[in-house]
Amino acid sequence: MNFQAIKSIYKYEMARMFRTAVQSIVAPVLSTSLYFVIFGAAIGSRITEIDGVSYGAFIVPGLIMLSIMTESISNSSFAIYFPRFTGTIFEVLSAPVSWVEVMIGYVGAAATKSVLIGSIIFITANFFVDIDLAYPLVALLFLVLTSIAFCLFGFILGIWADGWEKLTIVPILVIMPLTFLGGTFYSISMLPETWQTISLFNPVVYLISGMRWSFYENADVSVALSLGMTISFLLACLFVVRWIFTTGYRLRT
Amino acid sequence: MSSILSVRQLGKTYAGGVVALKDVDLEIERGEIFGLLGPNGAGKTTLINIVCGMVNPTYGTALVDGHDIVRDFRKTRSIIGLVPQELPVETFETVWKTASFSRGLFGKPPNPEHVEKVLRSLSLWDKRDARIIELSGGMKRRVLIAKALSHEPELLFLDEPTAGVDVELRQDMWNVVRELRESGVTVILTTHYIEEAEEMADRVGVINHGEIILVQDKNTLMRELGKKELTLHLSEPLPGVPPGLDGYRVVLSDDGSELTYHYDTKEEHTGITALLASLQAEGIRFNDLNTSQSSLEEIFVDLVKRPA
Ligand SMILES: Nc1ncnc2c1ncn2[C@@H]1O[C@H](COP(=O)(O)OP(=O)(O)OP(=O)(O)O)[C@@H](O)[C@H]1O
Ligand SMILES: [Mg+2]
Repeated sequence: MNFQAIKSIYKYEMARMFRTAVQSIVAPVLSTSLYFVIFGAAIGSRITEIDGVSYGAFIVPGLIMLSIMTESISNSSFAIYFPRFTGTIFEVLSAPVSWVEVMIGYVGAAATKSVLIGSIIFITANFFVDIDLAYPLVALLFLVLTSIAFCLFGFILGIWADGWEKLTIVPILVIMPLTFLGGTFYSISMLPETWQTISLFNPVVYLISGMRWSFYENADVSVALSLGMTISFLLACLFVVRWIFTTGYRLRT
Repeated sequence: MSSILSVRQLGKTYAGGVVALKDVDLEIERGEIFGLLGPNGAGKTTLINIVCGMVNPTYGTALVDGHDIVRDFRKTRSIIGLVPQELPVETFETVWKTASFSRGLFGKPPNPEHVEKVLRSLSLWDKRDARIIELSGGMKRRVLIAKALSHEPELLFLDEPTAGVDVELRQDMWNVVRELRESGVTVILTTHYIEEAEEMADRVGVINHGEIILVQDKNTLMRELGKKELTLHLSEPLPGVPPGLDGYRVVLSDDGSELTYHYDTKEEHTGITALLASLQAEGIRFNDLNTSQSSLEEIFVDLVKRPA
């Protein structure tokens, strides 16, 4: 294992992040604040409590998940697509590193950023509503696992994409609908029965539900199932990354 | 002593069906400077990229310092430095940071003194805090060289290091390469500029259509293949080539003061003795003479133009 290489990639990526701190941290905080103003304050004031939680507080776990999923994908896909696009990836490909080091470096940095963003959003939310956090460590676990899983997914996307369009279309076409229909703004139990069943095929439902459980101890599905789904998704992405690097798919000719 | 690079029966066919390399065999000695010459599309970059791990070979093997480039890639790649042909547009990072990054990526612990030494040798020290995007093309190429040298490679590939580089920088680079050789680094450079190989290389390999068609010591090559020309500075100008010299391929200069004779050093009889005897018979006197060798460039064009 080339630890120097992991450290180098990680540091390099973190430096890049702080150089673009405005767009990478301020932007998600701003957009989350807007959700609070619109859904929490304006509309939420007319919605009664859900499962004994005020609407403004109810959407917090979902909003955190929503942000870190989209941020993880876009940051991590960009991190690996950009060097491919400019050609600087040659250095990583010719370095004495295996896919494990490359992945830990890039995904680790992107996931760190996501966890930071998630924490900042949580702090921001406290300015808008009163939040009880029942199980902080479980919340942190979901935050970290989801960040890593979606950063891995973004990493795959960044390697698969052969143009900027593909890089942006997947988050919009696939991830956006899944996250919006994943129960950020409502409880699955509020849906008609057919839609409840359909929702269970949406992996994001499990992630958001798990996060909400760690806040308010109520959830759409059991927390163990949520955790299981998160870990399964993470492992699936891990296997794809491994396959990509061992076959050289889109990286080596 | 074993070779630092040993390429055995290496072949590459790209997905599109382009055969870029065919049965390439090549041995590079430790500490030498090897010039790989070939026209566009000959397969130079493909060969380098396979050894560096960016392209998978279709068949064959390559050993770096006795280690297989696929099985022992960690070992081989940590030995190799690569300066690619294309200039990848590095983004907003500074010269210092990008060089330090390369060092870490190749598994070497931080060593600011070494990075400083490399930057100074490439006249980049003043630019260490400049962002790469602000540098000129020639400077960017120096940065790429600095990145490759930052991790102290034993084997350095320079893929057309002086393409698009001004004369001064080219001289600088040649000096850097010489210093590297003195410190024991093996350098393999590809180039279209024949004078570069002529100036720098200890040995020269010529590749064409994916096949190595010749590998030879540069001086031997030039001696064996070189055509020479003998110029006689006459004591008195001649109005024309005297009839007695008709049998020789001699050319008289416009002002009639110089006679030039072309001969091939490979031929058994160069004809020089006979020519000089004929000159004496004609009573032509000369007060100086010199010979000059044709450049590697002419040799190279000669080789590549030959039918396969
Ligand atoms: N990624 C690729 N996919 C398909 N064909 C390729 C690829 N890279 C190179 N080739 C082809 O392989 C052949 C050898 O190319 P290569 O780049 O190795 O030549 P070269 O000797 O470096 O040429 P130049 O002097 O122009 O740099 C060419 O015919 C080229 O078109
Ligand atoms: Mg080339």
